[in-house]
Amino acid sequence: METLEQIRDRLLARFPAAKIELVTNPGPAAEHSLLLEAATALEIATFLRDDDALRLDYCSNATGIDWPDKEIVETTKKSVPDPAGGPAKIIEEKTKHLQPGYLETVYHLYSMARKHGPVVIRLRTGNRSDQVTLPSLTPVWRSCDFQEREIYDLYGIRFSGHPDLRRLLMWDGFEDHPMRKDYVAPDDFEWEPTPHGSVLDRAKAHYPAPPAEPGVAATPPPNPTEAKS
Amino acid sequence: MSGSASTPSPTPFPAAGNISDEDRENLRRNGILLTSLEELYNWGRSNSIWPLQFGLACCAIEMIAAATARFDIARFGAEIFRPSPRQADLMIVSGTVTKKMAPLVVRLWNQMPEPKYCIAMGACAISGGPFKQGYNVLKGIDRFIPVDIYIPGCPPRPEALLHGLTQLQAKIRGERIAGPDMARHLRPENPGEFPIPDYGARDLEPPSNPALFQPPSLPRKA
Repeated sequence: METLEQIRDRLLARFPAAKIELVTNPGPAAEHSLLLEAATALEIATFLRDDDALRLDYCSNATGIDWPDKEIVETTKKSVPDPAGGPAKIIEEKTKHLQPGYLETVYHLYSMARKHGPVVIRLRTGNRSDQVTLPSLTPVWRSCDFQEREIYDLYGIRFSGHPDLRRLLMWDGFEDHPMRKDYVAPDDFEWEPTPHGSVLDRAKAHYPAPPAEPGVAATPPPNPTEAKS
Repeated sequence: MSGSASTPSPTPFPAAGNISDEDRENLRRNGILLTSLEELYNWGRSNSIWPLQFGLACCAIEMIAAATARFDIARFGAEIFRPSPRQADLMIVSGTVTKKMAPLVVRLWNQMPEPKYCIAMGACAISGGPFKQGYNVLKGIDRFIPVDIYIPGCPPRPEALLHGLTQLQAKIRGERIAGPDMARHLRPENPGEFPIPDYGARDLEPPSNPALFQPPSLPRKA
């Protein structure tokens, strides 16, 4: 099979208007992927399926990713000359900027005819709130049908052109998208014998500690010297 | 395994009248069979418990195994898994009850005729099990329908299901058809049907049936 760079170059030659980016995976799997644009994704997907050298006729997996807003802190070092003539001081400047979040879908494509794969393609939405529409690839690969419905259900990505876009796992009147990072589950904690971690925090909120029994040493109050510092 | 607190403790063969169980056993050894309508009725019911044929998760695989030749639930008269709730006596809630599935399970329970019994099989049907902290799993079927037998395990082995079934048989044999401790299904105040929860915007509404279930309010150890 061609390398991903070759595929990208061939796609760019075939679709000059498209913008295709190679997303590298730094992990040991090194499963790099092609980031497509929403506008041209359907044409490119059809081309990937029908091109005689590639014949990517099988989409084994479609999944979603939620990338929330991320605050990125950049540290730059600057040397400031001392007006008194001493050695130059090095000042660290921290600049913060907000990287806006987005939702992403990932498709893993294989070729049953040519027996190669996977080729991974990605699509990204504009943001996480109102620009969440992506083209559905179900007209190209039928196996995307339920998986895109599941992505819609759990991440809230709307697929335009999907033949039957309904929730798959949760019921129809459900409002949230539970796999998003900012999803808050219903507050229905119940007593657990051995809570720990986040469950312990919920246990503390729901079942306050009993009053200290006489004779049993209660938790000592916080040290006043510590409180001052 | 435990029954609910309201039913009397199961006795193997409740005798009507003043004759003691011991005397009856002596007579029985000498070839004289004494019985009562109650005993006959319960004997017949306890040996032909027809379960409802439905499974929810991996516990259902163990339930199927209990019906196969190796474990053979037919030895206890419960091999006729009915595909219709109208013909079933026993609902084996075998597996995780998701919040999406819970109203359907309650509706099936309401469609079963009295007398009917419920076995909560496995950790998920009892309490939500490993998925208890999840957003989509009911934390035990006993918050919507009354459960007679709880079988712990993840999943319980077929032997455990058979043990639960024999416990249920003992419970049925101990039921009275008259008197102050009459069986639940004969009492006029027995609802028989339970409200089916609605799908809400974020959770089931109501999340539990307050007439059946109150969340435990155990103090947390400091």
